[in-house]
Amino acid sequence: MSIFLDRSSRVVVQGITGRMAQFHTKEMLDYGSNVVAGVVPGKGGETVMGVPVFNTMKEAVAATGCDTSLVFVPPPFAADSIMEAADAGIRYCVCITDGIPAQDMIRVKRYMMRYPRERRMVLTGPNCAGTISPGKALLGIMPGHIYLAGNVGIVSRSGTLGYEAAQQLKDRGIGVSTSVGIGGDPINGSSFRDILERFEADPETHVVCMIGEIGGPQEAEAAAYIQEHMTKPVIAYIAGLTAPKGRTMGHAGAIISAFGESASEKVEILTAAGVTVAENPSVIGETVARVLNKRAA
Amino acid sequence: MDIHEYQAKEILAKFGVTVPAGALAYSPEQAAYRARELGGDRWIVKAQVHAGGRGKAGGVKLCNSEHEIQEATDAMFGRKIVTHQTGPEGKGIYRVYVENAVEFTREIYLGFVLDRSSQRVMIVASSEGGMEIEEISASRPESIVRSTVEPAVGLQEFQAREIAYALGIPAALTQQMVRTLQGCYRAFRELDATMVEINPLVVTADNRILALDAKMTFDTNALFRHPQIAELRDKSQEDPRESRAADRGLAYIGLAGNIGCIVNGAGLAMATMDTIKLAGGEPANFLDIGGGATPERVAKAFRLVMSDQNVQAILVNIFAGINRCDWVAEGVVQALTANPVDVPVIVRLSGTNVEEGQKILAKSGLPIIRANTLMEAAERAVTAWKNDRKQNTKMRAV
Repeated sequence: MSIFLDRSSRVVVQGITGRMAQFHTKEMLDYGSNVVAGVVPGKGGETVMGVPVFNTMKEAVAATGCDTSLVFVPPPFAADSIMEAADAGIRYCVCITDGIPAQDMIRVKRYMMRYPRERRMVLTGPNCAGTISPGKALLGIMPGHIYLAGNVGIVSRSGTLGYEAAQQLKDRGIGVSTSVGIGGDPINGSSFRDILERFEADPETHVVCMIGEIGGPQEAEAAAYIQEHMTKPVIAYIAGLTAPKGRTMGHAGAIISAFGESASEKVEILTAAGVTVAENPSVIGETVARVLNKRAA
Repeated sequence: MDIHEYQAKEILAKFGVTVPAGALAYSPEQAAYRARELGGDRWIVKAQVHAGGRGKAGGVKLCNSEHEIQEATDAMFGRKIVTHQTGPEGKGIYRVYVENAVEFTREIYLGFVLDRSSQRVMIVASSEGGMEIEEISASRPESIVRSTVEPAVGLQEFQAREIAYALGIPAALTQQMVRTLQGCYRAFRELDATMVEINPLVVTADNRILALDAKMTFDTNALFRHPQIAELRDKSQEDPRESRAADRGLAYIGLAGNIGCIVNGAGLAMATMDTIKLAGGEPANFLDIGGGATPERVAKAFRLVMSDQNVQAILVNIFAGINRCDWVAEGVVQALTANPVDVPVIVRLSGTNVEEGQKILAKSGLPIIRANTLMEAAERAVTAWKNDRKQNTKMRAV
């Protein structure tokens, strides 16, 4: 088991004919992901690395049975593509695109609510590195070989900081069940809490490593969930202790604008909820190892 | 992206929000002339800077004659205004806005923000206008009224009425208040704002609802579809280094320390700054060169970081995934060979082919200090900076 993604996932890449998308489609195929379709309006009938391209998502679903989508569409059109995926019956969608207007994401989230829960697509991102279930499938732009297969679930807002964690775990021989990027935007498809619920329910995940940063309420919401509902240990790292207030630190969502949004407040809230917080990014791996050992003992 | 008060008022007026009569001036003479054009006998002169808290910092003056206007604006032009929102370096005053002074009986706070919990637009209002919202939520939290807008249908009249009643707006002015709220929401929605704030919105002595101040911030990701808003950008209100970086596709924020940072990824960049602080140093900047870390970007980043006179050491922290470490190391060597720097450079690479990358750095013959972990890199940067500082002081003493 793993969450969202495994060997049976049938992947469609939206915007597959773009340069970035072609490069990463090849990386995903090399990793063993089952990429069965691409969708680009007006390019139906072409093929990219042997993958058939369709004009619409409905055609792609009908012809290939794809159920998992990766969005590589430029910002002005990305929201439309996500909604098209939701309407075509895609189960899980990752949006890589950075720079989608916030109000487009508000519209996307509202649109997705029109489907009953059992038919509603799950979205992670935008502005994220993607999701990987090591040894099974990769859906995104991360380097696959830095992840060992194992029992640690990773959920991260930042891409490269998530890689950093995975590499430190690999250096200690610790593997990952699934790693999910939720992205750096203020309005995102899934929150920390949404992903934690999945990890809690996944038998293959034994501990969770959560990588947050300044800005927004989602770390504090996760802390409340962890305290009340999680039985599995959670390790966290929060970036941005030295970030000044009121400035956007690279990610559109990384800005301290209210109480509970600074790194020190988040560390405090998570610690109070029983989370083990790594004090600096160099010790994420050893902190996870320590918690795993304690659990085994 | 921020805009000036007078620009926000022009925009909101088009959406049906009532604002006082006013005019813009670029010199004291022009300000006095504008006042004469406006008529009346009392005027407010307001420095146009991208920051709140202007009143306390001397950026807003009530004047009773053209002479007073000349004097007040003379003292403003060319000056830097420092408020809690500008940082210690302040923001320059190059334009002033002259308005007829208005008598009012009540001040209201009105804000529209992107609420990240509900993931919708939220209206925040309070009967305690004039104060900043942080002060209101500390001293009179019960006065705050909140309402979220359902994005599919927009702000409904009943919601606007509820807000008006909750604020205790006189019954005769309910419709005006509804129009004001709906106008602000439409401006927010149609122009992709991320914040609209009117503080204060007043009830005038002659029973009108009037926006005495206005602030709007726009989503930079949406400027592609609002060229008329993009044109309102005022670079004189930005840190020149940050604007230069933004124009080159790099996210840079200048800080007060001496250890420059070059990192790929926003989260990792913040983590790098934090680790420098933990190691006893102070970061000079936040800089995210993007996931790819191409040699061109690394070279640009070195030039940008070195343009800060306070930088006494540079820490490069790159996670190379799909772009391997050897390739990133080549980029660092190329950049430093073409543009040598006179401060210690500490490089920490991780990810794919890290040993190859280390070898390239070692063989380059450049005085690069290498590190394996981020903590080690930060400690070495702090040590190198301290040693370098000692040498510099000695040289100056001789």
